[in-house]
Amino acid sequence: MNEITIKNTGQIISTETIDGDIATLNLGPTHPATHGIFQNILKVDGERILSAEPTIGYIHRAFEKLAERRPYNQITPITDRLNYCSSPINNIGWHMTVEKLAGIEVPKRVDYMRVIVMELARIADHLVCNSVIGVDTGALTGFTYMFQEREKIYELYEEICGARLTTNVGRIGGFERDFSASFHAKLNKFLEEFPVNFEEFDRLLTRNRIFMDRVIGAGPIKPERALEYSFSGPNLRAAGVDYDVRVMNPYSSYQDFDFDIPVGKDGDTYDRFVVRQEEIRQSVKIIRQALEKMPSGDFHANVPEFYLPPKEEVYRSMESLIYHFKIVMGETAIPAGEVYHAVEGGNGELGYYLVSDGGRTPYRLHFRRPCFIYYQAYPEMIVDSVLSDAILTMSSMNIIAGELDA
Amino acid sequence: MDSALFLEKLILIVVILAITLVMALYFTFGERKIAAFFQDRLGPNRVGPFGLLQPFADGGKLLFKEEIIPKNAEKWLFILGPGIAMIVATITSAVIPWGTSLPIFGRDVQLQVADVNIGVLYIMGIVSIGVYGIMIGGWASNNKYSLYGAIRASAQMISYELSMGLALIAVVMMSGTLSLREMVEQQVGLNWNVWYQPLGFILFLTCALAECNRAPFDLAECETELIGGYHVEYSSMKLGFYLFSEYINMFISSAVMACVYFGGYNFPGMHLISDPMILGIAQVAVMFAKIFFFVFLFMWIRWTLPRFRYDQLMRLGWKAMIPLALLNMLATGAVSLFNSQGF
Amino acid sequence: MLQNLPIPFLVLSFLTILSALYVVTSKNPVHSVLALIFTFFTISAHYVLLNAQFLAVVNLIVYAGAIMVLFLFVLMLLNLSKESEPVKSNWWGIAAAISAGSLLLIITAAFQVSGEAVAKNPVEGIGLVKALGKVLFTRFVVPFELTGILFLAAMVGAVLLGKREKAVDALISKEESNG
Repeated sequence: MNEITIKNTGQIISTETIDGDIATLNLGPTHPATHGIFQNILKVDGERILSAEPTIGYIHRAFEKLAERRPYNQITPITDRLNYCSSPINNIGWHMTVEKLAGIEVPKRVDYMRVIVMELARIADHLVCNSVIGVDTGALTGFTYMFQEREKIYELYEEICGARLTTNVGRIGGFERDFSASFHAKLNKFLEEFPVNFEEFDRLLTRNRIFMDRVIGAGPIKPERALEYSFSGPNLRAAGVDYDVRVMNPYSSYQDFDFDIPVGKDGDTYDRFVVRQEEIRQSVKIIRQALEKMPSGDFHANVPEFYLPPKEEVYRSMESLIYHFKIVMGETAIPAGEVYHAVEGGNGELGYYLVSDGGRTPYRLHFRRPCFIYYQAYPEMIVDSVLSDAILTMSSMNIIAGELDA
Repeated sequence: MDSALFLEKLILIVVILAITLVMALYFTFGERKIAAFFQDRLGPNRVGPFGLLQPFADGGKLLFKEEIIPKNAEKWLFILGPGIAMIVATITSAVIPWGTSLPIFGRDVQLQVADVNIGVLYIMGIVSIGVYGIMIGGWASNNKYSLYGAIRASAQMISYELSMGLALIAVVMMSGTLSLREMVEQQVGLNWNVWYQPLGFILFLTCALAECNRAPFDLAECETELIGGYHVEYSSMKLGFYLFSEYINMFISSAVMACVYFGGYNFPGMHLISDPMILGIAQVAVMFAKIFFFVFLFMWIRWTLPRFRYDQLMRLGWKAMIPLALLNMLATGAVSLFNSQGF
Repeated sequence: MLQNLPIPFLVLSFLTILSALYVVTSKNPVHSVLALIFTFFTISAHYVLLNAQFLAVVNLIVYAGAIMVLFLFVLMLLNLSKESEPVKSNWWGIAAAISAGSLLLIITAAFQVSGEAVAKNPVEGIGLVKALGKVLFTRFVVPFELTGILFLAAMVGAVLLGKREKAVDALISKEESNG
C-alpha cells in the first residue's frame, strides 16, 4: 500500500514520503484553539499535517430559514449572532439592505453615525483577532491589554443601544436615539487613550523576534488562490489584493473619508496580523474624521412605516399608533424585488442577498458569510505545515463559529 | 554515622521538603499575582487577606476533585508519572547549600542535606531523569495530545540538557570543583561567577527555562495547541503533582543558578557579622532573596514572551546554544590554562 | 556466604536481577524500557555502595538520562502494538538463549581467571572525581583520548547518516521528476 486516499476530500497521499505512521488527530470540536465549535479531522505524520477535513455545522441555527419567517425588523437580532465580535456591522448592514430594497434615503448624519459605530466594531473585531493570535503563540499579556480596550468599546455600544455583545443597534432608517453627551465624552476619551495603549500592544508583538518567527510563513495563501476562493477583507488584503468594499463600492458615505487600505505581501499569518493592526489605526482615523465632519440633522430617516414613532406620540396621535402597531406586529409592506448589499464586515465582505415577494417576511435571505469561505480554504492552507502553524492560521483568519455556521 | 547526626539530617530533610512544598504552593499564588500585575488585573484576592490563603484553597480543591483514570490508560504508569515528576523535583534540593551553618542546641548544623563532592553532576543527573515523569504520564494517558506533549518534552529535555551541561562544565573548569558548597565558598562577597561567565549564565538560564517547561519553552503543555499536553487526561491531585513539580523545579533551578553563578548565600560584608546565629539566618535570607529574584524573572519571561515553534526550539537548542556553550567552554579552558601556566 | 554480605547490597542485587529479568520477559516494549531504566538505577546504587559516586551519577546521566530517553522516545513514536509486531519464529529465541548463555559462560570464566585482582583497590578513593581524573589523564591517557576520537568519529558518522538520507531522498525525487 503506497497510497492513502483521504475519505471525503479524495486527496491521495503517498506513503513513501512519510517517516512513521499516519495518525488521525481530531482538532476540535472542543479544542481551546478553535475559538468556537468546529472540527478538523487531521491526518498527521508526527506533527506534519498531511490532510485536513473541516467539519462544520456544530452551531448551525438555520438563520436563513428563520429569516423567512420573521418580519424585517425582527431579523436584526439574528444578524447579531453571525459574527458576534462585530455585531453592529452586521446589524447596520442588514438595515442598509432593507433600506436599499425599500428605497429609503437616510440623512447624512445617520451615515456618519453609522460609520462611527461600524468602525468601532471593526476595531473590536480586529482587536479580538490580533490579541488571540498573541494568545495562540503563548503571549497572553497583550490579550488582556486589548480586551480592556474592547471593554471600552462595549461601553460605547452600551451608551448607544444599551447592549454590549449582541447589540441589535439601530433601526431600519437610522438610530433609535441620537448619540448622547456621555457617549461623546466616552468616545473622546477612548480616542485619546486607545492609540497609546494600542501602540503598546503593537510594540509587544509586532517586532518581537519570537512572535515574528512564529507567524511569518505560517498559513500563507497566494492572491490568485485567495481570489479563486473568493476571499475578502483583511485576509485577502494580506495576500496583496487591495479590495475593500468601503472603497470599491462605498456605502454609508465612506467616500467622504480619507483612509488607507493596508495591503500585505505573502498572505501569511504575519501579514494578516499586520494588516489588521494597520486597519485599526485607519479605523481610528475614520472615526476622528466622522466626528469632526458630523453634519447636523436628524438621526433617522423620515420613514414612519419603518421607523418606530416615539412612545409619547403613540399615545397621542392616531397615525403613530397605527404605525407602531404595524411595525411591532411586522405588517410593514415592502416592495417585491431582489437586492444584494455588502458591507466590509469585521473579517471580510459581509453580503446580504435578499429576495422579497412583497410579503411581510423575506422570501429568501442569504448571508454571504466570509468565515464560511475562509474555512473552505483552511485545509489547503495548513497542509504540509505543522500543528502549531495550523492553530495560528485558524486564529489569524479570524474564523468565528457563529458566522461560519450561521 | 552517629544518631544525633542522623536525626539532624532527618530534621533538615523534613524542613527543606516542607519549605520546598510551601514555596511551591506560594509560587502558584505568586505566579497568579505577578501575572495579574503584568496583565493589569487584580489576581486572586478573595481567600484570606490579600488572597494569601488562595493556594490552600486551590490545593484543597485539587485534593477533593474526582480522580479520573481513563479506561484505556495504562493504570499503573498513569499513576507513576506524576509521582516520578514530584519525587524527582523534590530530591534535587539535597545538595543545595542554603547557608554555612546554624548553631542549634550546641550543635553546628550544616545547612545542606548532603555535601557530596559531585553536587553539580548530581543535579545534572536528576534533571536528566526529570523528563520521565512527563514521558510516562503522557504516554500512559493513551491520548494523542498528551503523547505529543510527552514526545516534545523528551526531545526538548535531551537537547537542552546538553547545553546546560556544557555551560556548567565551564564553571566547573573555572572553580575546579564539582561540589556546590565549595563553589559557593569561592564566590566571596561580590566575586560571583556570573562576572566571569556571563554567556554561560545566559545559556544556563535559557536551559533552565527549557528544563522547567516554562514559557517560551512550554511546548510540552502548550495549551493552545495540545490543550494541556502531557497532563491533558490528569485530574485531581495527580494533576496537582504535575503543576507542583513545575514550581518546585523552578524553585530548585533558581537555587542552582543562585549557587553556581550568583554566589549562593554570599553577600558583601558577610565577614563583618560575627554572631554565627545571625550570620546563618542572614545567609539563608540572602539565598532566598536571590531565589525569589530568579523565580520572578521566570514569571516575568513567561508573561511577556510568546512561545517557540517546535522546530525553532530544536534549531535554537542545537544550532545556537550548543555551539555557543562549546565556545564558552573552550574560551574558559584557554583562559584558565593561561592563568595557571602562562605561555 | 550470603550472611556475610551487607543487607543493602543484597536488596539491590535482588532488585537488579528482578528488573533485568522483567526487561527480557515483558511483552510490552515500553515496560521493558522502564524496567531497564530501573535496572540502571539499581546499578548506580551499587556504584554508590562502592563509594564510586562519580560513576553512579555518570551512569545515571548517560544511560538513564539520555540513552533511555531516546529509547523511550522512539518506542512512543512507533507505538508498537500486538497487531503490528512481526511474528518471530522460536528459532530466534533459541539462538538468543544460546548466544547469551555463551556470553555468560565467557564472563564467568574471565572472572574466575582474573580472580582476586578485581577486588583489590589500587588507588585510594578510585571512584571519586579527582582520583579518577588523575588516573585517566596519566596512566590511561592514550586509551582515554582514543575513546574521545572514537566518539567524535561516531558523532560525525551519525550526522553523515542523517544527512545522507536526505541527500538520497533528494536524488530519488530528482530522478522521479526527470523520468
